[in-house]
Amino acid sequence: MPARLDSPVSTPAVQLSVTDLTLTFGGLNALTNVSLDIYAGQIISIIGPNGAGKTSLLNCISGFYKATSGQILFENHNLVGATPHQISKRGVARAFQNIELFSGLSVLDNLMLARHTHLNYNFLDALMFYGRSQKQEIKNREYVEHIIDFMELESYRKTIVGELAYGLRKRVEVARALTLGPKVLLLDEPMAGMTLGEKEDIVRFILDIKAEQNITIVLIEHDLGVVMDISDYVYVLDFGQRIAGGPPDIVAQNPAVIEAYVGDESNL
Amino acid sequence: MNATAPTNDLLELTLPQLLVRRASLRPGQVAFRKKDLGIWNELTWQDVLEQVRYAALGLLTLGVEPGDTVAVLADNIPEWPMMELAAQSIGAVTIGVYASSVREEVAYLLAYSQARVVLAENEEQVDKVVDVKDQLPQLHSIIYEDPRGMRAFENNRMFLSWKSLLDAGKTLHEKQPELYDEHVSYGNADDVCHLSATSGTTGKPKAAMLSHRNYSSMALALHQVDAVAELDDYVSFLPFAWIVEQVFGLALPLLTGMVVNFPESPDTAMEDLKEIGPHMMLGAPRVWEGVKSQIWVKMDESYAFNRWAYARLMRVGRKAAVYRMRGERMPFGLALAYRFAHFWLFRPLKDQLGFLRLKRAYTGGAALGPDTFTFFQGMGVNLKQVYGQTETSGLAYVQHDGEVHADTVGRPLPGVEVKISDEGEVLTRCAGVCHGYLNQPDAFAETMLEGYFRSGDAGYLDDNGHLVIIDRVKDVMHTGSGHMFSPQFIENKLKFSPFIKEVVVYGDQKPFITAMINIDPLTVGKWAEDQGLSYTTYADLSQNPRVADLITQEVNAVNDDLQDAEKIRRFVLLYKLLDADDEELTRTGKVRREFVAKRYQVILNALDNPEQQQVHVSVEFKYQDGQTIHLDTDVTILEANTLSTSGVSA
Repeated sequence: MPARLDSPVSTPAVQLSVTDLTLTFGGLNALTNVSLDIYAGQIISIIGPNGAGKTSLLNCISGFYKATSGQILFENHNLVGATPHQISKRGVARAFQNIELFSGLSVLDNLMLARHTHLNYNFLDALMFYGRSQKQEIKNREYVEHIIDFMELESYRKTIVGELAYGLRKRVEVARALTLGPKVLLLDEPMAGMTLGEKEDIVRFILDIKAEQNITIVLIEHDLGVVMDISDYVYVLDFGQRIAGGPPDIVAQNPAVIEAYVGDESNL
Repeated sequence: MNATAPTNDLLELTLPQLLVRRASLRPGQVAFRKKDLGIWNELTWQDVLEQVRYAALGLLTLGVEPGDTVAVLADNIPEWPMMELAAQSIGAVTIGVYASSVREEVAYLLAYSQARVVLAENEEQVDKVVDVKDQLPQLHSIIYEDPRGMRAFENNRMFLSWKSLLDAGKTLHEKQPELYDEHVSYGNADDVCHLSATSGTTGKPKAAMLSHRNYSSMALALHQVDAVAELDDYVSFLPFAWIVEQVFGLALPLLTGMVVNFPESPDTAMEDLKEIGPHMMLGAPRVWEGVKSQIWVKMDESYAFNRWAYARLMRVGRKAAVYRMRGERMPFGLALAYRFAHFWLFRPLKDQLGFLRLKRAYTGGAALGPDTFTFFQGMGVNLKQVYGQTETSGLAYVQHDGEVHADTVGRPLPGVEVKISDEGEVLTRCAGVCHGYLNQPDAFAETMLEGYFRSGDAGYLDDNGHLVIIDRVKDVMHTGSGHMFSPQFIENKLKFSPFIKEVVVYGDQKPFITAMINIDPLTVGKWAEDQGLSYTTYADLSQNPRVADLITQEVNAVNDDLQDAEKIRRFVLLYKLLDADDEELTRTGKVRREFVAKRYQVILNALDNPEQQQVHVSVEFKYQDGQTIHLDTDVTILEANTLSTSGVSA
């Protein structure tokens, strides 16, 4: 595994590829002919000013929006038109920018619930809690416990999500996405609104998810310091178009990127 | 049961020899429990011995020799005691480093102890060692328990996992099955086996060299006072680097077969405690105070009826606590009320906390407020104080059942001799006194006096032979009549009042004790508002006669609890808050007594003069924005009630 990580950026296999993706809402073009490749086992960041279409792109990939035209290929399947649950079953999981958890349930229940795609026992089994249902529940609980251990949520197992601090809820949100056992994890601003300490924790988790679970990560993040630090590859969107793509150090020097960002700031 | 009851001849064995003995007596009995992935996993004595054996042989393959030092830097995990026993099995010495230590502290202790191998729990701890590795030329191997995040070190020969250490040891064991037992048999109970860092409040910490006998004798002495049964449960959550946890979590189980339960993580300790329901517990004062305030907060949020019932029943508990702590029989009416309170409040409450099976609970490390004592004793938790120093293996004194006097630290353990020096210092002689400080024989010689260890604490034995600790020797003062008192003790008592923010007590070599008090602007301000009292500035509020009455009542209440010579006679309410920006407090918020005395010399002189009722001050303030304000004011000197009330309070 380390051998592949150390190899040049051009060689890794393309795991998910977006081709000529366009998304329009009435007369508004949210995305215009966006093409980009997501490489297996890497951290791919998507950056851009507010309203650039980053979240729209993730929504298209995860099936919440249906792209107007274009293609999203994942393991030889076109994801355009597939429903969110079909896509998550294929192995593309998503953590939301605005936490989407059951705030009245405990952390453990939220995570167990996210495993429901891996349950296939019937109502009668469930009533008896014997045989298949018991075996599957135990297996899922074990899986969830590994995630709890991995995300260091042991002390919050039985805490109601609504009572948790914001930074922790974000962490549970990432854990929930991980619980699906994804191949590709889409993270939409996992660090927004966090303290420095919480950010450091999340960065460590992201790096560990990539290295130890070998999960590809697509990250939307506004903290450019973090992005440039941990990404293997960065795409830049502006006004729904891809304006740059490449390793972080090269993207950072791209004049179009600088203009997109500086232009943004000069309006403030 | 009797076959394994600890006796004095066990003191001739080393800790690893005790492990071998226990594993042969009770191989299948559970020794450790560790919660992992939400499930309690058990290790039997045989499992423990096996892991210790492999780890010991693994250390041999790393080139560890007798006399070398092995360090452990971790939270409480079963691997900690196992690593200690493994190192001690082959004659090496161990040192524990607090998991919360910063890099500099880690570097200092590893360099000072010349550690050759360190067991670091996880990435966080390994990183600390890696950062200071260059300062540690003698460090040979870093062993980690949790492989997560260690990918960068996978191919580095300096790093190996706990598992691969065991594997290496296992291979060696298969080749030479007698090797481990041979090494263990070389051990002598008087060998130094562990280095325990002193708290180091003054300068760099020193490491006390403890022998197997030091450990086992103090653990056995405690067992003789408070018997521990086989399979009693104990939850280990105080830092293992602390000597008292070493005795409770390592020596006591080896002697008695007590089960040590390790929480899932430091954050889950209280939850895990609830699941185990231990028979025996050790907590630092902050733990007990934390539990108490947690109950208070929960009650405060509850319904009015619950709050009312809680207050009523707690009052019964407090009354009953007085009898329980003295070991006396309650009067019939109180006993009846107590049964009722026990059934309706204390039992469910203890169940909620996991204290239901608790036979004894201990607090150590610092003084615990008397309120907290009565609170727990009242609800039926047998909370007792242990007292000792790192150099006396952590504990030498304990409060006996039915003799829990909140102001004492109890009686000496069996075999402990106590003496009070002419300066009032507590001196201790016992089998637990360490063999000296590592590489600092001179420093240790200074702490010994005619075979006794000098605790550095001032204290006295009361009429019942219980030890009372006053304060550190260097902090105590003497009144003009020669009575020893602790200004800090009096100050803390006063600061319990919500209306008092800061106090400085004076009285060294003076006829009586005086105090300068800062009222709390928030609570006193609120109080004044409720009373319809108008005021402008802090200075104005502080000199209000009704505020003076309020604070005088508070001081009188504290005086009631103090010995006659310690009572505060005269005090003032200062016209400004003591502040770190004015150098009156340290950055950590401690009062700089000498500086304050000098600065408020005029007031202090007036306090000492019984004739003077008022003092005029004329000072300049500087606000944070740079403005200077001139203040001319009269400060009233207040007098507190110093009449003896001992006849009334009893």
